[in-house]
Amino acid sequence: MSIWEYANPKKFMQTSAWALPWVAGLSVVTLVMGLIWGFFFTPDDYKQGSTVKIIYLHVPAAMMAINAWVMMLLASLIWLIRRHHVSALAAKAAAPVGLTFTFIALVTGALWGQPMWGTWWAWDPRLTSFLILCLFYLGYIALWQAVDDPDTAADLTGVLCIVGSVFAVLSRYAVNFWNQGLHQGASLSLDKEENVSDVFWLPLVVCIVGFILMFLALVLMRTRTEIRARRLQALLTRERIA
Amino acid sequence: MMPELGKYAFAVLSSYGASLALIVALVGWSILRGRQVKRQLAEVEARQKGTERSDG
Repeated sequence: MSIWEYANPKKFMQTSAWALPWVAGLSVVTLVMGLIWGFFFTPDDYKQGSTVKIIYLHVPAAMMAINAWVMMLLASLIWLIRRHHVSALAAKAAAPVGLTFTFIALVTGALWGQPMWGTWWAWDPRLTSFLILCLFYLGYIALWQAVDDPDTAADLTGVLCIVGSVFAVLSRYAVNFWNQGLHQGASLSLDKEENVSDVFWLPLVVCIVGFILMFLALVLMRTRTEIRARRLQALLTRERIA
Repeated sequence: MMPELGKYAFAVLSSYGASLALIVALVGWSILRGRQVKRQLAEVEARQKGTERSDG
């Protein structure tokens, strides 16, 4: 049993058909539970008032926007090195999901920033690198659409993904590199004894798990669609030639 | 049941509204495109099987 078995489209379709309902169901349950807990059953913060409730959307969305790009990077590297089509299609499938999470992080960040910082937007290192990451997502999706040959598109988008990874990393660590921004450091860190108070932290962790599961479910679903679309294209080409 | 959001009600409710709208749009689009491609593939496969049978 090897992970490379899943590079076989048939094997991937069989396994994902079984896994998808479970992952999707769990993501709905976790997300609904986390958001209801966070929105209805947590107190206001002593400094930020009720805006602290935005954390349950902003932090998981921002985390997953960056991690989606990391997943796309790994899948692109597998494509570039081992030429497994499923990995290239998984990267393609993940891009709109990552872009949506980036939009959510940017929109909720602006809505949170206005009452707290007095501005919707600032050219802060973290915000700026996040905006550039958003543009990379748009460019990545546009490049897949612009190139007719799917293997060439996978090659070119793979290279774009490697370049964009710089901004994915910067989105996460910009506050550590440059200290002049408005955005605070990481709200959650594995090497801190306490991150935010447990009353906020516990529902936040549930929401993060919900976002991770939602990402997995959407990528599985969309990769299945991309595999079918690829086969459809191949059959139509064969039909035209015959 | 609705929590008291005070002067930040616009920021909080807009955040939840916009995020849920984006998520619903993404999920809806993914499901619809998935169904459409699956249906088209089934049609083409059925058509090609029929052609192969009549050729054979």
